[in-house]
Amino acid sequence: MRRFTAALFLLGLGVMIAAIYQHMDFSNTAVNAGQAINVVAAQETGAANFVTSVVLAYRGIDTLLELTILFTAAMIGGMVLGRRRIDAPRDPDAGFILRTGADLLFPLLLVVGLYIILHGHLTPGGGFQGGVILASAFFLPLLARPGITLIDQRIVSLVEGLAGATFILIGLLAMFDGKEFLTPLFDKGELGALISAGSLPVLYLAVGIKVGAELAGLLAHLAEAEALD
Amino acid sequence: MEAVILVVVIVMLLSAAAVLLFKDFLAALAAMSVVSLGLSFLFVVVRAPDVAMTEAAIGAGLSSLLFALALRRLGLWRSQ
Repeated sequence: MRRFTAALFLLGLGVMIAAIYQHMDFSNTAVNAGQAINVVAAQETGAANFVTSVVLAYRGIDTLLELTILFTAAMIGGMVLGRRRIDAPRDPDAGFILRTGADLLFPLLLVVGLYIILHGHLTPGGGFQGGVILASAFFLPLLARPGITLIDQRIVSLVEGLAGATFILIGLLAMFDGKEFLTPLFDKGELGALISAGSLPVLYLAVGIKVGAELAGLLAHLAEAEALD
Repeated sequence: MEAVILVVVIVMLLSAAAVLLFKDFLAALAAMSVVSLGLSFLFVVVRAPDVAMTEAAIGAGLSSLLFALALRRLGLWRSQ
């Protein structure tokens, strides 16, 4: 029965792809938003990285929803995993190479993550990518020495909540001026300078810290869970 | 350049098949992250560095880590 449903699924998928292939003209896309944004993005938002101008300025509300999805996923992950028994045995410390490597890589990963977040409006990268790197930086010591607590879980949740609130507050600030929610604020500055593009770097910093804290919390929770051996 | 892309695509296809065929879960996990790394290389080739960075950080890094931790939770962690 299971094989039959799998075959049926594959057949349906094949038919769907064939239908799409028949009717879609892949070489001539009808959407011209890309060209239009390339022309106006630098003047309108002041961000040298046009992807950032789309993610935070033109489509800021989508980013907010993306953050919500990530938050829900991380929260449900934490709920499903449950709590650890107090007498459950801990994993032994990792070997010499992983311990030394974790000590060496921790500050390096922090710097790289923050660099990617803070330069999100200038170079490729931004809050999501840098946040993931920050999360892995905070997970590495946990991998090397299971059982240590780097930062209290409550502080992580607090930081995460504050970062999310900052994002929404900046969005609401624009509404006090009678503009739309999440309209970029402040002076645009010089194109390509570190402090430019108005409120976009602040928004990306909030995104980065939120994503980093969320994923670090989820990874710590997963690592904390008991292993069935 | 096309030859390089061809090699990368073939490596990706082979490791995607290897994910299904490996008996060892950790080896399958490593093969899965090879697919993601190849994909992020292809994103760089088509000049989408932002997406490439996301794919490398999330696809190759974080999701393998999540899978590895899930394997540990299920007691399938030890390699055979």
